[in-house]
Amino acid sequence: MSGKSFFAAEQPTSFVFTDENLRRAQAHIAKYPAGKQASAILPLFHIVQEQHDNWIPRAAMNYVADMLEMPRIKAYEVATFYSMFNMAPVGRHTIEVCTTTPCWLRGSADLVDACQRRLGITLNETTADRHFTLREVECLGACVNAPMIQIGEHYYEDLTRESMVGIIDDLVAGREPKPGSQTRKYGSMNDSGTTTLIDEARQLGVAVQETV
Amino acid sequence: MLQDKDRIFTNIFGWQGYGLEDARKRGDWDGTAAILARGRDAIIDEMKTSNMRGRGGAGFPTGMKWSFMPKNSDKPHYLVINADEGEPGTCKDRDILRHEPHKLLEGALIAAFAMGAHAAYIYVRGEFAREIKHLQAAVDQAYEAGLLGKNACGSGFDFDLYVHAGAGAYIVGEETAMIESLEGKKGQPRNKPPFPAMAGLYSCPTTVNNVETLASVPTIMRRGGAWFAGFGRPKNNGTKLFCISGHVNNPCNVEEEMGIPLRELIDKHAGGVRGGWDNLMCVIPGGSSTPLIPANECADALMDFDGLRDLKSALGTAGVIVMDKSTDIIKAITRLSKFYMHESCGQCTPCREGTGWMWRLMERLNAGNARFEEIDMLIDVSKQIEGHTICAHGDASAWPIQGLVRNYRPLIEDRIRAYAGILQAAE
Repeated sequence: MSGKSFFAAEQPTSFVFTDENLRRAQAHIAKYPAGKQASAILPLFHIVQEQHDNWIPRAAMNYVADMLEMPRIKAYEVATFYSMFNMAPVGRHTIEVCTTTPCWLRGSADLVDACQRRLGITLNETTADRHFTLREVECLGACVNAPMIQIGEHYYEDLTRESMVGIIDDLVAGREPKPGSQTRKYGSMNDSGTTTLIDEARQLGVAVQETV
Repeated sequence: MLQDKDRIFTNIFGWQGYGLEDARKRGDWDGTAAILARGRDAIIDEMKTSNMRGRGGAGFPTGMKWSFMPKNSDKPHYLVINADEGEPGTCKDRDILRHEPHKLLEGALIAAFAMGAHAAYIYVRGEFAREIKHLQAAVDQAYEAGLLGKNACGSGFDFDLYVHAGAGAYIVGEETAMIESLEGKKGQPRNKPPFPAMAGLYSCPTTVNNVETLASVPTIMRRGGAWFAGFGRPKNNGTKLFCISGHVNNPCNVEEEMGIPLRELIDKHAGGVRGGWDNLMCVIPGGSSTPLIPANECADALMDFDGLRDLKSALGTAGVIVMDKSTDIIKAITRLSKFYMHESCGQCTPCREGTGWMWRLMERLNAGNARFEEIDMLIDVSKQIEGHTICAHGDASAWPIQGLVRNYRPLIEDRIRAYAGILQAAE
């Protein structure tokens, strides 16, 4: 558990979903049996973050709690328990560098260092122009493509210092960096050619390892 | 080595589309209604024949798990699919979600039918945003084609399948924590009993299965439990997705036969250890919770439940983390200790306090700033955490440290001596 259990100092006084997001929220609530609408709290908080610059103000927690007919304290508990929910404003792009052991073995410390130098901030800080927040996260489940980071919904994998800085440069310039592996065509495949599914690979023109 | 004709996951690398049309070409959703027509008992028997053991880490026999669901119950039954993949070193379910989602959906229908569940929730870790989009698109296609929903596949069985996004919490991968989270609460594990098969989601009979387990089910039904049981050693059967990360030349995922020698796995599929086999220091064979195996034991290690248990480790999720001789092994395990501290849900005192205590001592051992007797104290504390918590998170935080001390105690002592030497020199 991280220590983020406090509400941000500056809070908007009210929050409501847009019509479109209200419709999406209701579709989520409908997935669960009657009377079990509290089950929709995580999906609804995700929608709040999409609508509200990637953080959840207290007014939105109250709004969601009331919508789901649950005690507000339960909604606060949930909001502060899960690492993807931000309790305070963050930069437009949050760079989340995985530094757990499989990524660390392949150079995640270099990525953190490259980000810090390029952005002029340290971990858990936001740049003065509020464009970037830098964060260290636990295993994101892409270990054979280590080291890797997440920005928004995208993973960027098989990174080096250079490709890491390149991604930041793209974002600074308003370009969309290419998501996924920065070195391979096919995500979790051996990058010198597949060692399995040889017939399919040959038919599809996928590289096959020479020794096979 | 497993032959290509016996691989279940033929689109694991995403060479072809994940959608329904391509999935059908790969054989998915072929005669599903006829499989269901065999009946509930026959499907469970087929799973028992296959000797499938759950692929999420614990390795519990799947057919037996399904058979625990009550036969006559006036409450709804639920299937919960654990797609909260987050065990460091593990990235196999992600490939199924993004490249083979229809195998999972078909497997979910068959499993749900076998346990009398008319609804299932796929709980996917929230960070897998792209995978969730693929999965939801596949679910929408399956509904549109009549494969899910009312009279699924024309079987007469009604089945609804919902995708539920998590929001970042490793502990939710524990099945009762997942149920709590799905009910809209903090993801904190429940005491067992009652077991989920008696009182799970909304206090109703519930079975929680891993993605890989369920995605293997349709192929097992079509080719037969005996086919699956024909791979690997007794009680350790079937094919398995392995993830090989860390200091290998070509990290990758691969489907192989259970029981494949660790060295063969690394050499044939992952391009070998960086700098050659002799440059190997140790391997964590089954995700971060499993104790490391030193190099001298790796040469003969067999990658299955019993083979790794014999080496005082475990198959876990089959997330193989390879470390070569350049690795600062104390630092590597210290980072895992930080992970377990960060991910402790805070419910049980031994885990909440103990994981932080162990991490702080590991940081001092990493620097050498400790006394020799503190190594024994660390092991002593780890054993007071292990087995004294509601869920296995406490155990998982203890095992990597115990594995480290068991195999590398002289290294830790050398570091303490070196640090003391620096202090003396400074005086």
